[in-house]
Amino acid sequence: MKIDASKPLEYSTEENNNKIFGFWIFLGAEIALFATLFTVYFVMVNRFASGPSGPEIFEIGPVLIETFLLLSSSFTIGLAVHAMRHGYKKAMMVFMAITLLMGLGFLGIEIMEFFTYVHEGATLQTSGFLSSLFVLLGTHGAHVTFGFLWGTGIMIQLWRQGINPATANKSFIFSLYWHFLDVVWIFIFSFVYLKGMM
Amino acid sequence: MDLERFKVHGEPLIYGAMISIVLATIGIIVGLTYFKKWGYLWREWLTTVDHKKIGVMYILAALLMLFRGGIDAMMMRLQTAAPEMKFLDAQHYNEVFTTHGLIMILFMAMPFIIGLMNVIIPLQIGARDVAFPRLNAVSFWLFFFGAMLLNISFVIGGSPDAGWSAYFPLASLEFSPTVGNNYYSLALQISGIGTLITGVNFIVTILKMRAPGMKLMKMPMFTWSVLITNVIIVFAFPVLTVALALMMFDRIFGSQFFTMANGGMDMLWANLFWVWGHPEVYIVVLPAFGIYSEIVATFSKKNLYGYTSMVFSMIIISLLSFLVWAHHFYTMGQGVMVNSFFSITTMAIAVPTGVKIFNWLFTLRKGRISFTTPMLYTLAFIPIFTIGGVTGVMLAMASADYQYHNTMFLVAHFHYVLIPGAVFAVIAGFHYWFPKVFGFRLNERLGKHAFWWIIISFNVTFFPLFFLGLMGMTRRMYTYSEETGFGPLNMLSFAGAVGLAIGFVILVYNIYWSTRYMPRDTTGDPWDGRTLEWATNSPIPAYNFAVVPKVQTRDAFWSQKVDNIQLYEEKITKIHMPSNTGKPFILGAIFFVFGFSLVFSLWIPAILSGIGILIVMAAMSFDRDHGFYIPAEEVIATEKKLRGETV
Ligand code: HEM
Ligand SMILES: [Cu+2]
Repeated sequence: MKIDASKPLEYSTEENNNKIFGFWIFLGAEIALFATLFTVYFVMVNRFASGPSGPEIFEIGPVLIETFLLLSSSFTIGLAVHAMRHGYKKAMMVFMAITLLMGLGFLGIEIMEFFTYVHEGATLQTSGFLSSLFVLLGTHGAHVTFGFLWGTGIMIQLWRQGINPATANKSFIFSLYWHFLDVVWIFIFSFVYLKGMM
Repeated sequence: MDLERFKVHGEPLIYGAMISIVLATIGIIVGLTYFKKWGYLWREWLTTVDHKKIGVMYILAALLMLFRGGIDAMMMRLQTAAPEMKFLDAQHYNEVFTTHGLIMILFMAMPFIIGLMNVIIPLQIGARDVAFPRLNAVSFWLFFFGAMLLNISFVIGGSPDAGWSAYFPLASLEFSPTVGNNYYSLALQISGIGTLITGVNFIVTILKMRAPGMKLMKMPMFTWSVLITNVIIVFAFPVLTVALALMMFDRIFGSQFFTMANGGMDMLWANLFWVWGHPEVYIVVLPAFGIYSEIVATFSKKNLYGYTSMVFSMIIISLLSFLVWAHHFYTMGQGVMVNSFFSITTMAIAVPTGVKIFNWLFTLRKGRISFTTPMLYTLAFIPIFTIGGVTGVMLAMASADYQYHNTMFLVAHFHYVLIPGAVFAVIAGFHYWFPKVFGFRLNERLGKHAFWWIIISFNVTFFPLFFLGLMGMTRRMYTYSEETGFGPLNMLSFAGAVGLAIGFVILVYNIYWSTRYMPRDTTGDPWDGRTLEWATNSPIPAYNFAVVPKVQTRDAFWSQKVDNIQLYEEKITKIHMPSNTGKPFILGAIFFVFGFSLVFSLWIPAILSGIGILIVMAAMSFDRDHGFYIPAEEVIATEKKLRGETV
């Protein structure tokens, strides 16, 4: 393994460079995936048949908390990468832990929200609108869940091996993923909830 | 548990097939045990991360699927060979044309192309490997187990029956109550994820791992075509992922995406399917263009004419391919403006495609042509594909399409583009690159026999279908009456299909014969090739190139031979290699269980295997194997041996 000391650790080998580049391409595919889901949602948004429509079930309170949690966690993962560049393993782990906990909080609220919807008779089976809503939110939620597990795995590796080219590379890629989830959420927040409540 | 759901009710035909599958499986297991080959299979193949071996496995699986899909085709042609045939019933016919289409496109043409690109791309760009060798194995095993999942539908639970395009409401639980379309959504999903990973892997490989000096505009044409194809994969496959997921939700969890009531919208499926489906045909056809370009140049002993325009026409085709999807349903009530837009974009594709055809013709012009088997397929491709293209333009006219929509005319058209544009290409590529991989050529005489059988029979099979279509015979019609007058032409077409089958059998026999009797090649360059893959030894050593070549010109290897521009400067040093791993195989196998459980809504196994998938992924992430080094002495010895020198 050739290590190039002039570059940040996560970019220091050719393999690491390729991984980061590959991940960007993967994110391109993820953009296509979510763009399709949004399109489906926009097609379906007024097809609520005899079920409830968006404005009838959306509540701003929990959504604002979700947004706050996810946006802040995007900030803390940034701090984690910053700590990593300075070689502060402990600080990095703390910031990552905070990030993941906020992700968990986000998920908790989202699950509660889903329960409320179902309780109000708004289920996946009720209407085209609700099917598309659940699948869009659910796909994002599943990504956050996966991110939580993935991040936990990386933290274990960091804890065991410390910051080295491999773990730095993984952490950096994880941070890209996490930011991406945040961006998707901003779209969900604006075009599903805010627009739906107007 | 309701065991009835697993049973397939059928005629003697299906039971016969089931028994032969069981017997073949037992035969393979017994054979492997008897010859003590399990260890070899596991160490050399199932756990391999070598791009060449993965490519070979892709091609083997694709050939197997070619025969499975081919048998489906034969059964359909036999069923319609004469009026009022009683060979298949309507339901069985539906299942057969559905699996035929699916298997041919997704599990034969595409994997064959991906197999060739696995073998050749790293060599053509002078690299030691793909960017992510382990992920490459993951791609393969996901494809493989996805294909197996679709194939067992035939014996367990029933095959999909709503056409390869699975239009709703036909594919909904209401109209298609067997598990067949559950298999559709899950088998395609699993193999589709594999394809997406391939897409990412090869884009990085091509953009980041080219030999020093190989600028983008010095890349061989096959590499260019694969690069563009993989970009299409990365943008098109997520659409399929979503469509299949929604289908699964509708069928297994009762959501309302494509239903007729409760706000569902069946046309949403048609749109999503073809937003992926149209680019998909370019995913198989662009690499085929790349293969033909290599072959034309090699066997005309000339540079490819119009290199730059070849590249740009492929880029334009790839962009347009995303803008034409609605030409698949002009007649489903979408208005004049929409139809006109899609009509024009569709016809526009003919322009860059025409540019390519002329470039090939100009490459041939004044060339010193040698009529080898790969070259024959290339020469036959040009006129046949042109017929397909011209009839395509006929279909692209929305107003005329009301006439031939869903008739045999369409069936003839798409076979006239898909078979020369994909199947002939992979066969040509197979003959062309075979000696690179295995170190000996296929027999030319047998190759030409197979060629003539295939080319002539192809036209006998499909040309009559144009007329049948114009006479009004609709597609997917399982029988017809005497009075229609469709009988004679269908019989002709059946005869052609038999001829095609004979051609393919000769092709396979050729592989067997040549393996036993063809002389071995020690030059590594049996065709007098132009590009880098011919610059290393055959069969290709594990490390591809003993020394990474330095490229200065477009046809780098040709320049070394003709202008004496040397490729290699440095001396041989130790080479780093990735270690084999069984995890990708295990991951694929668990995905198979996961998919199967979902097909039958077996929730507990589904959850357990879902967790299993996460565990294997975690294990892959925690893996700290950094591979190993092949010492320089060993490399030198291998090189000598391959060149036929005694060590
Ligand atoms: C090798 C000889 C082949 C023969 C004799 C053959 C014959 C047929 C026949 C009879 C049909 C059904 C038409 C109908 O239902 O009315 C069909 C459909 C189809 N074929 Fe082939 N085929 C061959 C090869 C291929 C190949 C190589 C591909 C793709 C690469 C392909 C792709 C398709 C597709 C996509 C359909 C449509 C399936 C559907 O209706 O859902 N075929 N073929
Ligand atoms: Cu199309």
